[in-house]
Amino acid sequence: MPSTSSSIAVSSDPAVQYLLRIGDTCLIHAQRLGEWCGHAPIVEEDIALTNMALDLIGQARAVLTRAGTLEAALGGEPHDEDQLAFLRDERDFRNCTIAELPRGDFASTTVRNLALAVFFELLWERLAESTDEELAAIAGKAVKESRYHREHAADWVVRLGDGTVESAARMRAALDLLWPYVAEIFEADAIDEAAAAGGLGPRWADLQAPWRERIGAVLAAAGLAMPAERAFRSTGKTGRHSEHLGYVLAEMQFLQRAYPGGVW
Amino acid sequence: MSPAVTPGAIPGPPAEPMAAGREKDEWPLWEVFVRSKAGLDHKHCGSLHAADPQMAIQLARDVYTRRQEGTSVWVVRSDQITASDPGEKAAYFDPMEDKVYRHPTFYVLPKSLDHM
Repeated sequence: MPSTSSSIAVSSDPAVQYLLRIGDTCLIHAQRLGEWCGHAPIVEEDIALTNMALDLIGQARAVLTRAGTLEAALGGEPHDEDQLAFLRDERDFRNCTIAELPRGDFASTTVRNLALAVFFELLWERLAESTDEELAAIAGKAVKESRYHREHAADWVVRLGDGTVESAARMRAALDLLWPYVAEIFEADAIDEAAAAGGLGPRWADLQAPWRERIGAVLAAAGLAMPAERAFRSTGKTGRHSEHLGYVLAEMQFLQRAYPGGVW
Repeated sequence: MSPAVTPGAIPGPPAEPMAAGREKDEWPLWEVFVRSKAGLDHKHCGSLHAADPQMAIQLARDVYTRRQEGTSVWVVRSDQITASDPGEKAAYFDPMEDKVYRHPTFYVLPKSLDHM
């Protein structure tokens, strides 16, 4: 556990940044899913959503640990998973913006779960062949978890999209609300290029076509139309976040900031 | 203004009930059976509510196998199970109490088969 409450600065090395994008998206998505604890429509779904949150926290821990050791290997200061999760400021988080948006109603949670689960399933499939052996091992384990997350979310999307007038209307509203934030995931930049060139992992832009194909099949089964793409681009991956992330971090980091090094 | 059709109104419950005599707002109950490892039987471990078989399997996985309890899950609608009548317990099961000869314990077995 961190022994001070001061914020840390993280290496700007592209490989470290690439890993932070993965780990932070898992971590913040998990934080939002955890908010359903005690609030899901039925107790079984409550357990399912928090199980998934815990899967994502496990993935975040592994990837952030790897990012921290990589920083040290590159000659920087080493950081452990706790320092990276609890002592970074908002601007140093690299999650996709879609992960930090408020959980909304069950329809928006379901749409976000599907969007991210399909993305992570595709990403882990490719990362299993990473030149970074540790990352490849993490991916080999995580892909099984993502596969289940996708299946669970896809069933809900079909059930609600093809359900009652009310559930279909809510699903359409959720798609309209979240879709503008999907494009960011697949925006190409230098960090992606460096990861692809070094064999660390795929360009996320390369995952867009299979992502659209898999999502399209689920939406078709649900009787839902894929919203049209718009020009808007969110920028969480580069550290410029929506107004919502600060509140997530305030809750998540409070204890370690207030009681540095506190443990169970 | 007609109260019958209001745009954007929350629709009532579906016209068809899920099953006759069942509460319309309650998902059916499912019994869950989990096999802890290959070669062993599926054992009854509890029940849960779910809208359909696929959801029942997924929720059973999340509720009953989250601590690595299982390698296979069965679910069956609770209303599909026919059970013996608890009131008939005495007539059904008590007569077996004194039928020791139904246990194959009177055969002398070779030593090598001692644990049969």
